Amino acid sequence: MSQTNNKEVLLQADKLTRRFGGLVANQDISVTLERGMIHVLLGPNGAGKSTCINMLSGDLPPSEGKIHFMGEDITRLTAAQRSQVGIGRSYQRTNIFPQFSVLENVRLAAQSRRQDPWRIFSKAMEAKWALEKARACIDEAGLGKRVDWVSGVLSHGEQRQLEVAMVLATDAQVLLLDEPLAGMGSEESASMVEVLKRLRQTRGILLVEHDMDAVFAVADMITVMVNGQLLECGPPAQIKASVAVQQAYLGTEESFHV
Amino acid sequence: MDFASFLIQTLNSLQYGLLLFLVASGLTLVFGIMGIINLAHGSFYMIGAYLAFVLTSATGSLMLAIALGIPLALVFGAFLEWALFAHLYKRDHLEQVLLTYGLILIFEQLRSLLVGDDVHGVAIPAFLDASIQLTEVMSYPVYRLAISVVCIVLAVALYFVIQRTRLGMMIRAGNDDRSMVESLGININMVYRIVFALGVAMAALAGMLASPISSVFPNMGSQVLIISFVIVVIGGIGSVWGALVAALIVGFADTFGKVLVPELSGIVVYVVMAVVLLWRPEGILKKG
Amino acid sequence: MNAQTSFILKLVALAVIACVPLSGESFYIELVGKVLVMAIFAMSLDLLVGFTGLVSFGHAAYFGIAAYAVAILSPQYEAASLWYVLPASIGLAALAAFVIGLFVLRTKGIYFIMVTLAFAQMAYFIFHDTPLGGGSDGTYLNNKPSSAIFGWEPFDLNNEIHMFYFILVTLIVVYLFLARVLQSPFGRVLVGIKSNEHRMQSLGYFTFRYKLGAFTLAGGLGGLAGFLYATLFGFVTPELLSWHESGNVLLMVILGGMGNLAGVIAGAFAFELMREVFADITKYWQLLMGGVIVAVVLFLPGGLAGIPGRIKRAMHGGESK
Repeated sequence: MSQTNNKEVLLQADKLTRRFGGLVANQDISVTLERGMIHVLLGPNGAGKSTCINMLSGDLPPSEGKIHFMGEDITRLTAAQRSQVGIGRSYQRTNIFPQFSVLENVRLAAQSRRQDPWRIFSKAMEAKWALEKARACIDEAGLGKRVDWVSGVLSHGEQRQLEVAMVLATDAQVLLLDEPLAGMGSEESASMVEVLKRLRQTRGILLVEHDMDAVFAVADMITVMVNGQLLECGPPAQIKASVAVQQAYLGTEESFHV
Repeated sequence: MDFASFLIQTLNSLQYGLLLFLVASGLTLVFGIMGIINLAHGSFYMIGAYLAFVLTSATGSLMLAIALGIPLALVFGAFLEWALFAHLYKRDHLEQVLLTYGLILIFEQLRSLLVGDDVHGVAIPAFLDASIQLTEVMSYPVYRLAISVVCIVLAVALYFVIQRTRLGMMIRAGNDDRSMVESLGININMVYRIVFALGVAMAALAGMLASPISSVFPNMGSQVLIISFVIVVIGGIGSVWGALVAALIVGFADTFGKVLVPELSGIVVYVVMAVVLLWRPEGILKKG
Repeated sequence: MNAQTSFILKLVALAVIACVPLSGESFYIELVGKVLVMAIFAMSLDLLVGFTGLVSFGHAAYFGIAAYAVAILSPQYEAASLWYVLPASIGLAALAAFVIGLFVLRTKGIYFIMVTLAFAQMAYFIFHDTPLGGGSDGTYLNNKPSSAIFGWEPFDLNNEIHMFYFILVTLIVVYLFLARVLQSPFGRVLVGIKSNEHRMQSLGYFTFRYKLGAFTLAGGLGGLAGFLYATLFGFVTPELLSWHESGNVLLMVILGGMGNLAGVIAGAFAFELMREVFADITKYWQLLMGGVIVAVVLFLPGGLAGIPGRIKRAMHGGESK
């Protein structure tokens, strides 16, 4: 565990509830994310994990509840505004600009930090700071060898790494990653786990993930959701030992191999 | 404005709004269910009016013309769906705009070739060619009332079809979720064809009904098309009841606009649309 | 086709166009001048359709507003100064686009198409129904704007050859301007919005501002084309704002391959050429035009959508070396 001693709460969600018509997708979900920590959101399909991450990122307004980022109430901010304060997210389905190069994808992300829409005569590729930052983030995400590739031809795993690089380029303090390991081979998966561990040191990461081995390899904290409700929250050891979790989720669908 | 002229304008608004509903309801269903933007929808109104003119000249009776024209329009609509629109469902909006714009050029040119570019009148059927005395000096034509009655009957029938029949169930389901309808094993292509043909027939009927009062003239379709777009925007895409409410709003705004602010009458309905866009960008009734 | 060949091709095409006045035939000078004006108009729309992904079906409004602005702002019996009416008409068109953009950019997809069309129709009726610009008959521009500046007159727009080159130079300036804008951070964001607006928002972009910027810029440039049109022909009618004009310019953009400025200029030539040729063969040119359009959509599935894809890949190859 690489938790820092003086815990700094980055993101705090209090009793988030989201209804779609009569259906309650999330009920009273509270999550706390600290700097230096990887917090995993775990649960079977349909448990409401995506709804939860969408509320945190601003893609979906909560019906009830509050979200605070570093002490500030951000419940009513849009996705773009949350990105500007320091919350970045990746999507479950790969969501890049396939016709752009890897560099241009990440450069565009970096450019979002200094927006002057009215400056239409400077050349985008001449803004050195954005290029340098993009290259640094590409390296950090482990894609250094692919800088000039067209992103659409990258392997699936590399595209997920690219998404991480894009989030990094927005100076995100909080990374909301929706299944970053999904569809990866074991080698790709292992290298992504390394990337995540490295990124954790200075940021807070909230993951939605299915891959059990990976979850227990990286998680500092796990929140288990079932049917839109919060079942249990605690360090991996507590979750492994929890009878309720085993009954509700792990025992039925997957067993432990840790 | 005294009460009698207020009453007359109200009746005119109703009649105009209900007629527009006939055109716009088909347009909004085609948008909502098939995801198609059809610029040629106004042409069906124009075709209806010219059918009324040609068939009335041939048979001597507007009623007969309508009786013949409706099945013709249904067949024409089903044919167009089969030949052209069925190929557009998975295409992007730009291609739909393009093809249907091309269709307008074809329809208008064919109209010019076959009937010419003159303005024509159509006679009101004799038994409806009367007026009701409202006050000593003001009267109201029975034919306009008859249009309103026909439209109301059709709106009720449409409500019944959509709420109570199997076809209506499919239409409602298709409006919500296309893949769900397909997974239920419903022949979605047949639903599309029926809805499209009905939309064409209703627009053509509106043209036929309107022909005696508006006369028959080139490009009459494009005016109706753009007003119908406004109605769909106000009412919300895919919503038949939104279209009804919006059509009546437009009918009243336009009719009273002409009386109260004649200089700006052309833009009143667009101002209404702008206000709705600010208030509810998705339309007053999003779906239903 | 590599960058060098394409550059040479463009220069050759430019040289050929520049030679048109040598023919001495007023008919051709005016015809090609008109096509060049439409090409500027089409490029302005391409900024929206081809680069930002906003399918506007009401672009003729800004063209027409600027055209009317020239006619209305010019005094009846003398020439107005070019250096006043030109920026004023562009500014009015851009202002109209800005205000209308505030409304229409709240919508997406089919809604956007319909709402842009409806607002253009509103502008059409303003000129058609009110005496502002002569009602449905339109109005004449009796004296073309004068380029005189402190007593010196560098060129005379009443001279058809001067007018022609004035249009041609404007076209080149607009082309270079847009090419530069698309290289700017602003332009890159527009292309990102076209590709995936939602993703741009989650990267922290306030996309509405960029779209409004693009809409206003496109309106202003469309206005520039409208200014040239009114100055070239000396009269304006409400039909300049009609939805047929909006449809025609959209066709030019599509014919030329969206997202390609030089292609769009070619599209304008192809469209006007088709119109002339079909009009020569038969007075029912609309029928042929409509048939061609329908056939293209039906029998070249993805053909239209494939063109911008190829261009993007080509553009992309240029960027990443």
